[in-house]
Amino acid sequence: MSTEAPEAPKAPDARRGTLQSGKGRLADPIFKWTVGVCGTVVLVILALMVVRTTAEAWPVFAKEGFFGFLLGEEWDSGRSRTEITGTYGAWPFIYGTLVTSAIALAIALPLSIMIAVYLTHLAPSRLAKPLSYTVELLAAVPSVIFGLWGLHWFLPHVLRPFFDRLEAAMGWFFLFEGPVRGVGYLPAGIVLGIMILPIMTAIIREVVAVQPLEQQMAAYALGSTRWEVVTKVVLPASFSGIVAATMLGLGRALGETIAVLMLIGGSQSWGGSLFDTGSSMASHIAATFGEAAPETRTGLMAIGVALFLVTMVVNILARVIVWRLGQITGDSAV
Amino acid sequence: MRNGRSKLAVLAAVPLLAAACGGGGDDAGGDSSGGGDLSASLTGAGASFPDPLFQDWIYSYTNDVQPGVDVNYQSVGSGAGVEQFLEQTVDFGSSEEHLSEEELATAAEARGCEAVQFPVVFGSVVIAVNNPDLEGLVLDAETIAKIYDGQITSFDDPAIAELNPDMDLPGDEIVPVHRADSSGTTAVFSHYLSTEVDWWADKYGEGKELEWADGLVGGQQNDGVAQGITQNPGGLGYVNQSFAQEAGLTVAHVVNEDGTPIEPTLEATIAASEEADIPDNFQFSIDDIGGEGYPIAGTNWIFTYTCGYEQASADAIIDFWTWALTDEGARDVAGELGYAPLGEGLTERVIAELEKTNADNAPAEGGAEEGEAEADTTEE
Repeated sequence: MSTEAPEAPKAPDARRGTLQSGKGRLADPIFKWTVGVCGTVVLVILALMVVRTTAEAWPVFAKEGFFGFLLGEEWDSGRSRTEITGTYGAWPFIYGTLVTSAIALAIALPLSIMIAVYLTHLAPSRLAKPLSYTVELLAAVPSVIFGLWGLHWFLPHVLRPFFDRLEAAMGWFFLFEGPVRGVGYLPAGIVLGIMILPIMTAIIREVVAVQPLEQQMAAYALGSTRWEVVTKVVLPASFSGIVAATMLGLGRALGETIAVLMLIGGSQSWGGSLFDTGSSMASHIAATFGEAAPETRTGLMAIGVALFLVTMVVNILARVIVWRLGQITGDSAV
Repeated sequence: MRNGRSKLAVLAAVPLLAAACGGGGDDAGGDSSGGGDLSASLTGAGASFPDPLFQDWIYSYTNDVQPGVDVNYQSVGSGAGVEQFLEQTVDFGSSEEHLSEEELATAAEARGCEAVQFPVVFGSVVIAVNNPDLEGLVLDAETIAKIYDGQITSFDDPAIAELNPDMDLPGDEIVPVHRADSSGTTAVFSHYLSTEVDWWADKYGEGKELEWADGLVGGQQNDGVAQGITQNPGGLGYVNQSFAQEAGLTVAHVVNEDGTPIEPTLEATIAASEEADIPDNFQFSIDDIGGEGYPIAGTNWIFTYTCGYEQASADAIIDFWTWALTDEGARDVAGELGYAPLGEGLTERVIAELEKTNADNAPAEGGAEEGEAEADTTEE
């Protein structure tokens, strides 16, 4: 996360300190090593995953070339046991992942900020508590439930009528070009947005809640309205926390599998309209893994590597943006 | 109580080997009252298409016929079923495609003996539509291919009108729905179109996943396809017959090789399986179906090895599948769930093939336990 802790105070050197017993001398090194190992385990697991999937996917990269794989638009997997016979271009899936995640963030970010502000600053306390619990409960709903609910109820009864109207009004704009078929990028993105909403809200709420009261009081004392206090004092100070929440939400959106699979309409092509059907990287892996021949599986591993790369690039980009913004606004916490 | 019984069953199993192999079929009904004498724990993995039927069979068999036998079937998908079979992590594999020569060779090399494969059940893929007024709509391979290629876009297209002279066809835009996930249903469907329509074979070919035309709707699993069909006024999609039957979908009749439009019923699927020319190695697909047969039909195969099982497991495998193929109740259940059991002549051939399971390490007299623990790699 981007909230960097202030540098921890250095412990006094145990050898020169007052703790001279044997136990005391050992406690610190043991603690240090245990924590160190735990920290490194994360790296080791990550490295193992990356190395392993890349190694398994290597034949596909070797055949298509790295950028050929990432930008190729045709995906026609072969079913050989020993060699690579198909064509592997992952762009339709990469595009699907990026588009659905972008839609999800566009919905979840403003909503979660507003919910957090409402919960911490505006809601009467007898409402704030149950609402907070509800948000956390929503975070515990498994994604397959979101998928089923989205496909069987939310899509036909809420989204579809909305889509039809949107297409009628905005169909001239390439993003909303028809025909509307129900499933597609837009419903997948919207349900994804609902899915990442709770985790983002929970984090942003915590960050907003701990902003120092004195500053807010001071702002009120200067005659600020509540709107001004929230937008000019609370939110700017919470910026890094909001970014952290966004990164977490985005991570979940990029990797979400089953709900997207149910709603995105699973085709191997891609289209510019948000009503088009497509696939995301994770959903395509899930859709075809069960029936995959060894060669197909190699291709799917390569998508896995691409997914990792995309996540990394998106994260780095976000960091850079935050860093630049931090320089401009002088937010030292970033 | 159950434990005591299975201990008895273990004791009983060894001398009764031969009896179990030979007699399992005809008097399976008698077995069910007797409580069974086999004891083994079997695992299988593979196709999801026959899963409802397999689970029903397993429930009846392990409760009523051979309480000492446990069967665990995981519907992980045909591809994974084949892989797990080749990696010998399961006792039997299952797939909607037969093993290729390459896969058979891989199997033989890994296990040190031949693999056997045999069909156990047939099923049809039906074309379902949203509009209930289209009940009895007649389609042929060419029109289905054109619909999925985007050449035919509405139900009142002349090509469809020609096949349905008496039907009042709506002008609804057709929304073709396909399986988004990799699936044996897609394989059967695209195999049919590839066999019947040359340009389809060139443009799309066949397989468990295809590169579909733009503008089609993909649904996850049968349920996703059903949603895609019912949420669009002109929805049209392919699902397997048992699902369509369960979901009460409106289905189209499909013209077969003899030019007869056939309603996808159980009888029509059985007729198709009898029309099919099935070679002795059981590597076949159901093509060029005429007569009363419904033309879009597929098969589910089971794979086993000719060696390397513990004798008790081998006996249980043979007994279970013999029961499933021959017991009246088991066959009726298949029909109720929308699957077509094998015809009589074919059943005999399949059982002969099934009994090759573990035949290569038939035990020497009295030495049944010897060496098998090592040979068997499936029990880990």
